[in-house]
Amino acid sequence: MVAEKTRLLNMVQAINEALDLALSRDGRVLVFGEDVGRLGGVFRVTEGLQAKHGESRVFDTPLAESGILGMAIGLAMGGMRPVAEIQFAGFLYPALDQILSHLGRWRHRSRGRVGLPVVVRAPYGGGVHTPEQHADSPEAILAHAPGVKVVIPSSPERAKGLLLSAIEDEDPVFFLEAIKLYRSARAPVPEGYYTLPLGKARVVRQGKAATLIGYGGMVEVMLEAAEVAAREGVEVMVVDLETLVPLDEDTLLEAVRETGRAVVVYEAMRTGGFGAEVAARIAEGAIDHLEAPVLRVAGYDAPYPPFSAIEDLYRPNARRVLAALRKVLTY
Amino acid sequence: MKLKPVAYLEKGEFPLEEGEALRLYRAMRRARFFDEKAVTLQRQGRLGVYPPFMGQEAAQVGVALALGEGDWVVPSYRESAMLLARGLPIHVLILYWRAHPAGWGFPEGVRVVNPYIPIATQIPQAVGLALAGRYRGEDWVVATSIGDGGTSEGDFHEGLNFAAVFQAPVVFLVQNNGYAISVPRAKQMRVDYIARRAEGYGMPGVVVDGNDAFAVYLEAKKAVERARRGEGPTLLEALTYRLAPHTTSDDPTRYRTREEEEAWRRKDPILRLRKALEERGLWDEERERALLEELEEEFARELALADQAPEPRPEEIVEHVYKEMGPDQRRAYEALRRGLHVEEAW
Repeated sequence: MVAEKTRLLNMVQAINEALDLALSRDGRVLVFGEDVGRLGGVFRVTEGLQAKHGESRVFDTPLAESGILGMAIGLAMGGMRPVAEIQFAGFLYPALDQILSHLGRWRHRSRGRVGLPVVVRAPYGGGVHTPEQHADSPEAILAHAPGVKVVIPSSPERAKGLLLSAIEDEDPVFFLEAIKLYRSARAPVPEGYYTLPLGKARVVRQGKAATLIGYGGMVEVMLEAAEVAAREGVEVMVVDLETLVPLDEDTLLEAVRETGRAVVVYEAMRTGGFGAEVAARIAEGAIDHLEAPVLRVAGYDAPYPPFSAIEDLYRPNARRVLAALRKVLTY
Repeated sequence: MKLKPVAYLEKGEFPLEEGEALRLYRAMRRARFFDEKAVTLQRQGRLGVYPPFMGQEAAQVGVALALGEGDWVVPSYRESAMLLARGLPIHVLILYWRAHPAGWGFPEGVRVVNPYIPIATQIPQAVGLALAGRYRGEDWVVATSIGDGGTSEGDFHEGLNFAAVFQAPVVFLVQNNGYAISVPRAKQMRVDYIARRAEGYGMPGVVVDGNDAFAVYLEAKKAVERARRGEGPTLLEALTYRLAPHTTSDDPTRYRTREEEEAWRRKDPILRLRKALEERGLWDEERERALLEELEEEFARELALADQAPEPRPEEIVEHVYKEMGPDQRRAYEALRRGLHVEEAW
């Protein structure tokens, strides 16, 4: 359901609007994390929410990620709907025990009796020259945790609707927001409350020559590459996975079968990254349709570099995507 | 600051009403009965690995009975006595330690959470659960328990700090039984009493003789009342000892002496309380025999119930992962339901 009227908003504003609507709509929703209250978050995503909804609904926590996740679990057990912010996805690691041991397990462990409707929002990814750890993309670690969902929007309009769905969802959802997209562009965002379904991939550009598959901050990179290719007369399809867990394998495989060639793009470390899962799914489900090996364009098998001069080499860009495209097209 | 463990029994004091004291005794004796039966069942191969709590009944039951009906217990894995004292049916506990799915989802109406296997992770969760009560306008208090070894974990510190900052209605019970499996307390920390740490978080810290049911119960009551009045959390350290191994797979003779165990055996919390009751004419051999008969019958009934639980179905592997199955669970579910592995159903 998409409302008629739209305004031009960046992703920060769109997410802020979603949180505001969720807080207004459901008294069980709580927004908390480090600096989210008075400051409005280091990226200002929660700006104004405490002033509007009060300190008991929107509040700062001590600087302790495991404590934040653990408290969120307890709040959800007790019937609340916590939306926790982890300041950067690369700071999730101290909370992994809570995530892997508990957050994703409670429904299963209680035979369906206790579900945890927790949303964890965290900025992720590179492209804006942050210090060490601030540009990590830990989505594959989260996708490997049973019982949680992983959602990564690629535009302001998608972010708002997907976040509202995540908050309504009865299971824990990790909502990763590409830092690069926060303020890079404004786009039309519908007014009012609307949701977009989780677990659906979408084709964001049609083409017959090959399929580019990615999510979050890589969507604009893929679209840029597709644009360049189009100028050379090669039309490629671009698929935004949007939800990594549960994965929309049907849309993914259909998109690959149509072109017979696939390149998966992700900015996390190459080995064991989520793109490896995508490539494996394609091999399992569409091998007969492939005209070339599935290629990955990913980060290097090294920590994400904090130095701006080489950061741009680590993070996939249109040039690297085009190089991979050329390979699968000429195989 | 000098901390001194609160104690009554060794001084011959009897600070409770008779009915309350008897209630404590019966719950402790029942818990011990279960513990002994559980170890036997494990030896017979009718229970999985089991962590006995023998010797810690006063600490666990004392706190459990200090709670009101609407309060919650968020336990660690050694807290079977707490769960039983809160009303968890014995057959459910047996099934839990059989790792049978029917033991995983605790029944409605008993405000206890599954035992936690990872160490200290329950601590910040207990804080969240306590705060949820406040948001909902309910005055439930959460009691959560941890061992001395668990207090070295980061989650213990994060959880206590959160509780103090948000003034959460939580009672943190530390069952200081002297060992983290084999590692003695002295190799875990350089403080004399763990309760001393409470000051560093900004909450009251209390040490009790953990083998003195009166001391645990009365101090826990104070902490529960304080929490319910909105005055925040309390750290309650019970000095105790597990007279049994860490689990049925452990061999404590490798790390502790017979003399040490014997010294603690003389401080057995059940014998101590029984002696106090007998001195006041509230208990005797006959009543003990009657109680044990009652417990024997109850256990037989409950064991039969546990034994009747049907074998888990293969498809339960992928049930309840999400509220609604995703495509991957659905595919596996359909295969398993047909008696196939997912690869066979491709």
